[in-house]
Amino acid sequence: MTNGLEWVAACDADALQPEELRRFDYGGRTFVIVRSSEGDYFALDGHCSHEKVHLADGIVDGHIIECPKHFGTFDYRTGEARALPACVDLRRYEVKIDGNEVFIRL
Amino acid sequence: MLVTHERLAELGILYLEGTSVESIDRAAHAVILSGGTRLGYERLLLATGARPRIMNKTVEPKSRITTLRTYADAVAIRSTLGPQCKVLVIGGGFIGLEVAASAVTKGASVTVLEAGPRLLMRAVPALMADLIRAKHERSGVRIVTGANVKCIDVNESCSAVFLEDGRKHFANIVLVGIGAVPNVELAQAAGLATDNGIMLDETLATSDPDIFAAGDCCSFPHRLYGERIRLEAWRNAREQGAAAAANMLGAERPYIKVPWFWSDQYDETLQIAGLFREQDALIPRVLGPRGQLLFCLAADGRLVAAAGFGSLGAIAKEVRFAEGMIAQGFAPKPEALANPSISLKLLSSQHRSSL
Ligand SMILES: Cc1cc2nc3c(=O)[nH]c(=O)nc-3n(C[C@H](O)[C@H](O)[C@H](O)COP(=O)(O)OP(=O)(O)OC[C@H]3O[C@@H](n4cnc5c(N)ncnc54)[C@H](O)[C@@H]3O)c2cc1C
Repeated sequence: MTNGLEWVAACDADALQPEELRRFDYGGRTFVIVRSSEGDYFALDGHCSHEKVHLADGIVDGHIIECPKHFGTFDYRTGEARALPACVDLRRYEVKIDGNEVFIRL
Repeated sequence: MLVTHERLAELGILYLEGTSVESIDRAAHAVILSGGTRLGYERLLLATGARPRIMNKTVEPKSRITTLRTYADAVAIRSTLGPQCKVLVIGGGFIGLEVAASAVTKGASVTVLEAGPRLLMRAVPALMADLIRAKHERSGVRIVTGANVKCIDVNESCSAVFLEDGRKHFANIVLVGIGAVPNVELAQAAGLATDNGIMLDETLATSDPDIFAAGDCCSFPHRLYGERIRLEAWRNAREQGAAAAANMLGAERPYIKVPWFWSDQYDETLQIAGLFREQDALIPRVLGPRGQLLFCLAADGRLVAAAGFGSLGAIAKEVRFAEGMIAQGFAPKPEALANPSISLKLLSSQHRSSL
């Protein structure tokens, strides 16, 4: 553990297809794990910054994750809000793969 | 807040709050503001929106009737809602039904008066409208269809709505949600063509090539439907704004986005991609208690509309992939659309790989 952060196992790496999303809940918080079409994994806050809607129900298009409710979009590599009504960036978390497991740093 | 003053300044956008444009001097390429100031333009965008349609019935001014368009309207309506409050909603369209849902959730007693034979006549087919009606009735909203309002009067401290058939209803607050009219007066006064909105071509230009329009105020030809349409939907306003801006800078691209609408009713979501038209064939897909999808195929087999009502998780992805198929003019097999075990993602990727 460093800076109070720890690596937490979120899901099996092969449980996610490219351009797929997975919800992960931990310590009363919720996250979304993304696998890009290139095969990289990313982790962000789970709820859209516009309304409390889970992004795991949304879709992935290129490097964009789109909220299922009002179509706000975010760049999942940075968490940056890209289209209204989303205008507040999402927090992004560090990810590593160990064996077949996806870990996120919380 | 969507954007801060700092961000506007950073982008080089001059924002004049509380100022309206009074007229357009097309010959001089300038607009005249409410204070009399003239502002020059090379290209001009009209995004004047729409306003609530007013009832053309006798309405006693002291009766408490209200409409909903702005944030201030919403705050004012919310402050009057609560247990003990009787609410009458005139109009069974989206605005009326969303207010009904919010009011009944806050404990008010709510009745919706709709003139037509069913709810949501303009937006969705009967099958979908019936599901939405059932949800409202389960939640305690009374719905009266075929209710033609004769006049609105005041009876002691209550507003009284009299119907043509002699029935009357009383309420503390009457919300009128009978549609919106596009704000075309500025354009009309400047001699621009209008037709159910400021009339645009496919690139969102008005009859003056230096003036464009976007959003609720305009009508435009849509090549997927082969007709002129006007939309009152948030996502259309966002996307047309961006498309008009690109064309004002010379892109000359036709606007071809699939119409999209959502409405939140209680904890359920309605999403509609495309346009449902009388002449097209309907194919339902039942998702059990989680929701219902409905597809619409044109005579040539193309998917032209899809709607879903139910939990967001159950319907959102499917309607989103259906939108992609509508945009591409895909003609999926009706059996596949009706079959809940075939995902729309799979169907649309099969189509893409067959191109
Ligand atoms: C209660 C309500 C609920 C809705 N819910 C949904 C929903 O769930 N889903 C959905 O897709 N859509 C919904 N809509 C529709 C959506 O809000 C509109 O489609 C969208 O706001 C249209 O954007 P617009 O920019 O074209 O017009 P508007 O948002 O109406 O903005 C136009 C602006 O122009 C200003 N203006 C007009 N004339 C002048 C002038 N001469 N000079 C200066 N300023 C002027 C007006 O004051 C206004 O601020 C809803 C609308 C309402 C009213």
